[in-house]
Amino acid sequence: MSSWDWQVYCRDTVSGEQVAGCFAAAPDQTYLQWMLHAWGWTITVSLGGLAVALVVGSIIGVLRTLPNSPGWVRFGNAWVEFFRNIPLLVQIFIWYYVVPDLVPGADSVSPTLLVIAGLGLFTSARVAEQLRSGIQTLPKGQRYAGMALGFTTAQYYRYVLLPMAYRIILPPLTSESMNIFKNSAVAFAVSIPELTQFYLQAGEETGAQSEIFLGVLAVYILSAMLVNRVMSFIERRLRVPGMVAPTAGAGGH
Amino acid sequence: MKKTLLAFALTALAIGAAQADDTLAKLKASGSISLGVRDSSALSYTLGNDKYVGFHTEMAERIIGDLSKQVGKKLDIKYTLVTSQNRIPLVQNGTVDLECGSTTNNLARQKDVDFAYTTYVEVVRMAVRANAGIKSIKDLNGRTVATTTGTTSVQTLRKNERAQGIDFKEVYGKDHADSFLLLESGRADAFVMDGSILAANISKAKNPADFKIVGEELSVEPIACMVRKDDAAFLKAVDDSIARQIKDGSLAKLYDKWFMQPIPPAGRALNMPATEATKAAWANPNNKPMEDYAKK
Repeated sequence: MSSWDWQVYCRDTVSGEQVAGCFAAAPDQTYLQWMLHAWGWTITVSLGGLAVALVVGSIIGVLRTLPNSPGWVRFGNAWVEFFRNIPLLVQIFIWYYVVPDLVPGADSVSPTLLVIAGLGLFTSARVAEQLRSGIQTLPKGQRYAGMALGFTTAQYYRYVLLPMAYRIILPPLTSESMNIFKNSAVAFAVSIPELTQFYLQAGEETGAQSEIFLGVLAVYILSAMLVNRVMSFIERRLRVPGMVAPTAGAGGH
Repeated sequence: MKKTLLAFALTALAIGAAQADDTLAKLKASGSISLGVRDSSALSYTLGNDKYVGFHTEMAERIIGDLSKQVGKKLDIKYTLVTSQNRIPLVQNGTVDLECGSTTNNLARQKDVDFAYTTYVEVVRMAVRANAGIKSIKDLNGRTVATTTGTTSVQTLRKNERAQGIDFKEVYGKDHADSFLLLESGRADAFVMDGSILAANISKAKNPADFKIVGEELSVEPIACMVRKDDAAFLKAVDDSIARQIKDGSLAKLYDKWFMQPIPPAGRALNMPATEATKAAWANPNNKPMEDYAKK
């Protein structure tokens, strides 16, 4: 393989010339600026999807564990089965091509929102399952104790079950958050100009496939690690002393 | 452990070296050739069920026929579907021996692969809905333009946008069929791509009359077959075959079959006679890159 050409990042995207300092003034753009712009898109789609996934997933997870509402439980089951059984890429295509046809008024919705919905709802099924596992881990005495104190269902979920369940599922939730950043790569198939699309296009244009690939890889790893660190910080701050078994050293995050 | 690593490294080097320069020997030894084909270009497309057809595909089959005569045994063709994004890496690493699709010959790509004689000269234009009222690139101000990721049209659009001071949004399809779908579904107002690809996708659409190809030539690009770099013997064999097909008129007849007669799957004709630039390329076989055409 020929020598590495890291200078490719400082090249102007139209003229191909090197730009001093690697940042060109508008409206010109170097490949580095393009990559950062694409990173912004990845972050937008991922964080949007994560927000949707956490909110919707929590609701569905709670619905699946309700003691006296078989109808809601079945709805929650159907939701999870539907969104878990269809591949993510197919779901994104459905949101991008099929929903605008079927749902009147949906063709004016921005494609970014459709992708965020697709990614978010796919992940919401997984978050719902994790929350359900977290709640069912708790001994059934917790629920009864809550009821014995005179709490309504909503109250004992809010004050007794969910605080503990969320702390228990923080590790798999960290994985889900990192997964969403990685899964955002499928957005390139529906024309979102994010990092994977940058790699495919810039790699082809410049011929410097390996250099672009390694740059994009580094950015993806950096994003996932940042999410990881934020979640482990949250986990440590929220940990209730004595609730989990002590582990040697720093323990798993 | 160290000895194993050393042995492994030496073997890897040996394999690497053996692969590098002698495609003809490899073809003779294995009896088969891997041909890169596309799925939705006018020059090379699929009918489904692993059947690949098109002007360049059939030309490549004839090239392989000539190669078979040269190596002395009939070569079995393995059709390998490639995309705009992976065609060059696959040729570089040897997965694909010969790629005859719609690859533009330009200087940047000549660093990675070698191109055979130019067999088709493409012009980049726009496809729009017939009732959209768009006639030239200036009408695109404020609109959305679709093009395919990994093609030279992306750079062409960028240069034109900058040069002419117009502002439009770009959406990128992952392949030509996807980009045309963006135009068809209304997500884009125009699809900028090689004229033959536009014509092929329009002819396969549900209502071809709804679309038309308009606008000035945004770029003139020579299309040629790609082979691995620095394999002079193989390149010469491919070039000799192309020269033979031009000389005995079979290439012109093949062009007529694919561009003027009705073609599968829809049985419609593209009706695109060979341009002066294409005929000039046949008259003087060369592998000049796109940049040489732009200077004219």
